[in-house]
Amino acid sequence: MSASAPLRIFLVDDEQPARERMKEVLGDLGHELPNVVVGEAANGESGLMLLPTLPVDVALVDINMPQMNGIEFARHLANFERAPAVVFVTAHDQYAIEAFEVNAIDYLLKPVRAARLSAALAKALAGGAIKCEPLERAAAAAGQGPRRFLSVSERGRIHLLPVADIVYLKAELKYVTMRTAEREFLLEESLASLEQEFGATFVRVHRSCLVARGRVRGFERVVDGDGEGAGWAVVLDGAADKLPVSRRQWSVVKGLGSG
Amino acid sequence: MNGTPKPSEIPDALPDFRNLGVIARILVAVLVAALLAASIRAQSFAQLADEFLDLGLIVGPVLIASLVLLSTAGPWLAKLPYWIAITVIAVGVMWLTAGVQWLRASVESESLGIIRAGGFALLLTALLAGYFHLRNRAFSPALAEARLQALQARIRPHFLYNTLNAVLSLIRKDPKRAEVALEDLAELYRMVMADAKNLTTLAQELDLTRQYLNLEQLRLGARLVVQWKTEDAPRDALVPPLLLQPLVENAVYHGVEPGTGPGTIEIAIRRERDRVHLRLTNPYHPEYQHRQGNRMALANIRERLALHFDVEAKLESGVQGENYEIAIVIPYRRASPGSLPGVRAAA
Repeated sequence: MSASAPLRIFLVDDEQPARERMKEVLGDLGHELPNVVVGEAANGESGLMLLPTLPVDVALVDINMPQMNGIEFARHLANFERAPAVVFVTAHDQYAIEAFEVNAIDYLLKPVRAARLSAALAKALAGGAIKCEPLERAAAAAGQGPRRFLSVSERGRIHLLPVADIVYLKAELKYVTMRTAEREFLLEESLASLEQEFGATFVRVHRSCLVARGRVRGFERVVDGDGEGAGWAVVLDGAADKLPVSRRQWSVVKGLGSG
Repeated sequence: MNGTPKPSEIPDALPDFRNLGVIARILVAVLVAALLAASIRAQSFAQLADEFLDLGLIVGPVLIASLVLLSTAGPWLAKLPYWIAITVIAVGVMWLTAGVQWLRASVESESLGIIRAGGFALLLTALLAGYFHLRNRAFSPALAEARLQALQARIRPHFLYNTLNAVLSLIRKDPKRAEVALEDLAELYRMVMADAKNLTTLAQELDLTRQYLNLEQLRLGARLVVQWKTEDAPRDALVPPLLLQPLVENAVYHGVEPGTGPGTIEIAIRRERDRVHLRLTNPYHPEYQHRQGNRMALANIRERLALHFDVEAKLESGVQGENYEIAIVIPYRRASPGSLPGVRAAA
């Protein structure tokens, strides 16, 4: 971005008056810090649909939103190759604010003052694109619980997959394969951290595989390929693959699917 | 005034003799005392029954007559200084008991029995008065604390800052609406900051709730749908202040804000004979139950209802299909016309 071009800003807030107010304050900043609001969204999902199609320098993101909160929104955005800088905005969210302080993430308090907004925008530009790691730590510190979606950045778009649609997650070399009823996606996350975050929804059947607890239909006796003789494989709803169950995990998973 | 106990205002107050809880406590205490007396005099279980029935012939009429007299004269007694009122009651009960015993004993002419009966009645009345006195004292700090909790629960910063932000967004485009919104906000906080120990009218509480919802409408727009079913609400009914508004605030916070589409809050209030029924319904979002504050507000209101109405008030809450529902039943007590600003406004 050249010095004279206006700063391109994207707004995400579920309250329309809050977006209006932000535009007013940005307008007041106009001569000091030329800027233009290139797009806005009333929730995280539509924000992630829209944002990758626009050239954006900074996203101003409300934390407290329905369906997908601002922190989860930013985590999905951070996977995107052309991720903008992010400044969080909140009226009052004690836990999130404490978590931001600890992880050096910038935020603004509503009602937002022009001077404070100007400083935050300058700082965000200097800091560059939002990073994933501090967000993960902040989300954990704020006691946010698991994400509602997993996301994949593909050909300039962000695919959002509701966690409920995922049949299994399988570690393969560098990536994790995520299988839904329709197709497969590649995730750049570690299976161990996914297991930690989604332990309530997924269970480990094998060193390299997590399956959705609710998708387990039953088990089948199979002849193992790796010379360990006969073993069990899990039969799943929504995917034809029969995934082997390790001896070690058999005692943990054998009760699933019968109830 | 109907003699509702207001412990923090008058530490030495008579109990409300029309309250079911108070009546039940008196009945239980007297019957237990009679059973105790009978068991001391009896040698066997058969004799115990006889003695108890025998005592019942005196205790029964005295108990019924005292309770009827007290519930009639309660308001008048409440105007007397506490110790005079207690003495009047104790002496009255003593004479009543002695009189009943005299009527029975005149057949057998036994003056010691009359004095003994009167003495026992005096002692029991004094003990009961002492019990109610202590109970009153015990609840005074609880009421003060409940008030404090109400205050803290009320000023949810999330609501205040978001509302101020929404008002700021109006100032340039629609100054008139901004003015109304700030007036509503001032009114709301005036009620919240007010001393909440006295009862208010349902009319006032409804006005307050409406002002609050106007403010929420400002920022939530079409996402907030409110259905009022209050045509038959008794506007002169006495209710604890901030009974409805905190529950409606919870309904918005837990029921409407977590949804992207429109969420409907239904407020239904009606009178059924001497009871006022309030029902509040909002959409239920199981995945957002970690949002803080709901249990505290409910516990706070339940406590205040118990302090004001004892066992005569009821609060139930639960998930009904896709909705969360709170049902409150309180006794219908009318404010005396002119004594409260809300009643004047309604009249």
